[in-house]
Amino acid sequence: MSSKSIAARPRFLTLLSTLSALLILAATWMVFFFAPREAVMGEVQRVFYFHVSTGWVGMVAFLSAAIAGIIYLIRPDKKWDVFAVAAVEIGLVYSFVNIVSGSIWARPTWNTWWTWDPRLVTASVMELTFLAYLLLRQSMEDPERRARFGAIYSILGSLTVPLTYMSIRIWRTIHPVVIGSGDPGAKGDFSMTQPMVTTLMFSLLAFTVFGVTLLWHRVRLGWLSERVEEFRLKSMEM
Amino acid sequence: MISTRGLGKRYGYRWALQDVTLNVGPGEITALLGPNGAGKSTLLRILATLSKPTIGDCQMANFQLPQQAAAARAHLGFLAHQPLFYEDLSAEQNLAFYAHLYRIKRPSERIAGLLKNFDLYLRRHEPVRTFSRGMQQRLALARVLLHKPRVLLLDEPHSGLDLAGVVILDEVLRGLAKKRTTILFATHELERAQSLARKVVVLANGKLVAASTGKSVSPSSVYRRALRIANRKA
Amino acid sequence: MVPYLATVIAILRKDLAVEWRSRQLLAAMLIFTLLVILIFNFALELDARVRSEVSAGVLWATFAFAGTLGLNRSMAIEKEGKALDGLLLAPVDRSVIYMGKTLANLSFMLAVALFTLPIYSVLYNVDLLNGGFLLVLLLGSWGYSAIGTILSAMAIQARSRELLLPVLLFPLVIPVLVAAVRASSFFLQDLELIYIWPSLNLLIAYGLIIPAMGFMFFDLIVEE
Repeated sequence: MSSKSIAARPRFLTLLSTLSALLILAATWMVFFFAPREAVMGEVQRVFYFHVSTGWVGMVAFLSAAIAGIIYLIRPDKKWDVFAVAAVEIGLVYSFVNIVSGSIWARPTWNTWWTWDPRLVTASVMELTFLAYLLLRQSMEDPERRARFGAIYSILGSLTVPLTYMSIRIWRTIHPVVIGSGDPGAKGDFSMTQPMVTTLMFSLLAFTVFGVTLLWHRVRLGWLSERVEEFRLKSMEM
Repeated sequence: MISTRGLGKRYGYRWALQDVTLNVGPGEITALLGPNGAGKSTLLRILATLSKPTIGDCQMANFQLPQQAAAARAHLGFLAHQPLFYEDLSAEQNLAFYAHLYRIKRPSERIAGLLKNFDLYLRRHEPVRTFSRGMQQRLALARVLLHKPRVLLLDEPHSGLDLAGVVILDEVLRGLAKKRTTILFATHELERAQSLARKVVVLANGKLVAASTGKSVSPSSVYRRALRIANRKA
Repeated sequence: MVPYLATVIAILRKDLAVEWRSRQLLAAMLIFTLLVILIFNFALELDARVRSEVSAGVLWATFAFAGTLGLNRSMAIEKEGKALDGLLLAPVDRSVIYMGKTLANLSFMLAVALFTLPIYSVLYNVDLLNGGFLLVLLLGSWGYSAIGTILSAMAIQARSRELLLPVLLFPLVIPVLVAAVRASSFFLQDLELIYIWPSLNLLIAYGLIIPAMGFMFFDLIVEE
């Protein structure tokens, strides 16, 4: 990712892209053909593997955006800002898949598209928080301030999300919610057999590698557009 | 005591100021001359600690900026384009608030004195909203002098003033210079620079184009040269 | 320490003085609040039985919306005459501005609540004169103002600032709202303290963490 080789796509990235594609295909195969059919829930349980994998990667993406924000505030280097935006975008996509797959899982299992359980609500709040992050950036004209405000907001967001989770947990444990499925224990517990664990681990790996690949592509895109902007402004001055 | 070396300020990819080196000593009135968009306000804002330079050194009243900016502020006064007042509050209330921020001792005496000096005492209880531009400028001047700053920065202070206001302003500035205050004011009007300042510094396109080093250099020729350079689009 | 506090209070008093002179904000917030409660009345068909459980929610939702008016205006007065520069030129720590503004916003919210609660009590025959409830009001408003002041300082420097503030604010203020509603509701229903403690703890935690963040970041937000 050095600026002199910026124009050409690094070979390692191409390899990684191919690898991710293969891993995703393999994981999908495993989810549908290798993992056993779950006794109680049936076929729909297979969504679980996508749900957990994307959820995990999404959270890590957001967290790394916040960490990049902290680093940027300490040492204002544009590359941390480019990274942060990329991480947030990847995180948004993954978390969205997480929420939707959770919803798909919920429907046949508890006969509702939505449960107000802490994890699902917190995931949604997290999604909205980082959508707000993008909106904030879009409203700022000065690039340095845009990066600074983005960093601050992502840090604040990362702090309030766990607090949101706790507040809803408190809500649920004391007072079962009337809206929705009405079953506070509705987390769909099931015991996992060995093939299931293997499938889950592999899905996790596949989605993580895929996420890193997407992130790398996105960071390159961000960096390239920064360079274009720089040249454009320089040429205007001449 | 204003001292900068290689000062530069960048917004995004655009350099608003480049390689500005200047020195102003105590008791000197220096004019910062330049066309609109030259970077005069940007430079003044950096000197006033409202903005941080991208590169370069800067010392105000013997304080190193930006590290000692907080300490420097007690000795700086900045008269900006905008009056910086709360329009719904009265002249007296505004000054009292700023007196508190600057921890002035015996504030009511000082405020009354300044209001009388600037011919605003009779309207001190009226909201600033009702003041004319000239009156607001006079009140702003009073505010800036509340804490008796060692260095005074003024951004186009004559704009909007009537003749009486200009006379009062020039008188005040000359009086302060005699008391060893360092004064730097920005203007795009040649006559202002010539009549008030002893030294002229010319800014164009973010760069210092010329500086007169003594009483002998004529600002007019320097300024004309600056305009030519600015128009050349180097 | 004392000069720091004195300056914070000077800023608070200045904000209150500005509001006292113009009286635009409080009137607007008050009318807005009453209208929202009216709308809730028809939207939720609050009958006598349900009222005491739902009151906390209705009131906090209302305060959350009305609060944005206060946050916007409080920052706007600094933008109007570029008065914020005046504050930034003064030899005061930038966090003093943050604390002063947060206290001012807190005052506005409490002032609105002080008017609204008696009216709500009368309209719905719910007794709101509850020590615990008022404590939650204070804690919740503090948390709300703390995060709101940080975000309004950011929003005021962006385009479409009035549109931006609610979008930035509401995801981050949910812990306060959820915990405040839970605690308020329980206090109103006179439940034992042991049920209410977790929510109170959360409010207190939020009320410590977020202002700490404000202290750290406010300088970075207002500087050029």
